Amino acid sequence: MNPVSALLTPIGHSTLAILAAIGRIAIFMAQTVSHIFRPPFYGRELLRQLLSIGYFSLPVVGLTAIFTGAALALQIFEGGARFNAESVVPSIVAIGMVRELGPVLGGLMVAGRVASSVAAELGTMRVTEQIDALVTLSTNPMKYLTVPRVLAATLAMPVLVAVGDAIGIMGGYLVGVTKLGLNSAAYIQNTVDFLVSWDVTSGLIKAAVFGFLLALMGCYHGMNSGRGAQGVGRATTNAVVSASVLILTANYIMTTLFFST
Amino acid sequence: MTQPKIEFRNVYKSFGQNHVLQGIDLTIDKGESMVIIGGSGTGKSVLLKCVLGLLTPDKGEILIDGKPSSDGDREAFFARFGMLFQGGALFDSMTVWQNVAFRLLRGTLKRPKSEARAIAIEKLRRVGLKEWVADLYPAELSGGMQKRVGLARAIAADPEIIFFDEPTTGLDPIMSGVINKLIREIVTEMGATAMTITHDMSSVRAIADKVAMIHDGKVRWTGPVADMDHSGDPYLDQFINARAEGPIEAIR
Repeated sequence: MNPVSALLTPIGHSTLAILAAIGRIAIFMAQTVSHIFRPPFYGRELLRQLLSIGYFSLPVVGLTAIFTGAALALQIFEGGARFNAESVVPSIVAIGMVRELGPVLGGLMVAGRVASSVAAELGTMRVTEQIDALVTLSTNPMKYLTVPRVLAATLAMPVLVAVGDAIGIMGGYLVGVTKLGLNSAAYIQNTVDFLVSWDVTSGLIKAAVFGFLLALMGCYHGMNSGRGAQGVGRATTNAVVSASVLILTANYIMTTLFFST
Repeated sequence: MTQPKIEFRNVYKSFGQNHVLQGIDLTIDKGESMVIIGGSGTGKSVLLKCVLGLLTPDKGEILIDGKPSSDGDREAFFARFGMLFQGGALFDSMTVWQNVAFRLLRGTLKRPKSEARAIAIEKLRRVGLKEWVADLYPAELSGGMQKRVGLARAIAADPEIIFFDEPTTGLDPIMSGVINKLIREIVTEMGATAMTITHDMSSVRAIADKVAMIHDGKVRWTGPVADMDHSGDPYLDQFINARAEGPIEAIR
């Protein structure tokens, strides 16, 4: 093999492998979306997943938000002091939380918690033939396993992020008032005055998209898990990594669409 | 001539360069208990998964009551089958009774919860498990109990055809005997057609009406279980007598 071929062949193989993976994920996504609208619907499973993915993710999202809001207040106060602009702390904390940090950090934290557990659960089901058993029991695994998880994450993430936004702003407020000496009433007034509804709405739309992506990645890697403990472990890792990368990519694309003039 | 319940016609299936099934021809009559034997990796499980549509044959046909197994509504198709998986394949997020009644709690066979539970407990009794087991989770059961629950789930909706994939793997000889006896009794009393995959010769003798041996992707020998010991086929003789020497290579 000549040196040029030796250089290009692995690049070609990698490119083909990436394109094939994108194709498989796109087909999986299309199948998932089509099953959302076609009966039978497993409402009880959806409620179970809403509880598991949504409610039980509240502590991790809340803790992430409060410390992020608090750290953000400190940073902006410090940075703003260079321009005698300490008063921008409340508005920038609020805008930063609801537009960017709330959905992105919330999405990444939930990806770590949910995409991994979904991939491990479905991967174990695949390895132990539980998914084959579902098929023989006249139940479509896409409808019974994937759709409730993807739907639950898509519905729960905006609620989680809304709560996280409020907690994050509260974190900034607590630091601003108790540590930085900002006036309590002025802080709240500034937060309310500078925040517009599109700031909040855009963050919640992002959250819904992130929820969809992270659950989709968990389900995709779990359903296509390799054999044995190693296969399930790899599926779990791939689910978290791909969900995180997709969240960051989707965030940039949506930010461009929503805010670039 | 009566219509076979399950018929394999020249079925081929490969995975890359691994040609697992290379022209399987086999018929299983209604109410018959057919046991498929053969070495590890000879495609027994692949054959079973092809019937169920979990894998698609590359070539050939599988007919159920004379009709291609891939035709028609999948839910109606699966409603006719029960399957006991090698590892039980019980859903670990559900209790034992919910596992057994899975099919009765959703889909076309759905019925009230209390009725489904009563049927599940009746089926658990049929496989020798007491009512208190119903509310346990699969992880709380021994291997033998899990197999029995899997068996109860397989028969919960009174299927016409039941598949048993290595039903005694991992069980002690006494528990294997119990499971074999249960399978034989249940198949006989339900009048179901059964297809079992096993390496366990005690299972073969306890469960089978007929035996088929798969080797090199083809049916090497098939006939009534009573003829198995004097078939004159060196491959079958080596297999059923567990001899290391013979035409089947011990290291594959």
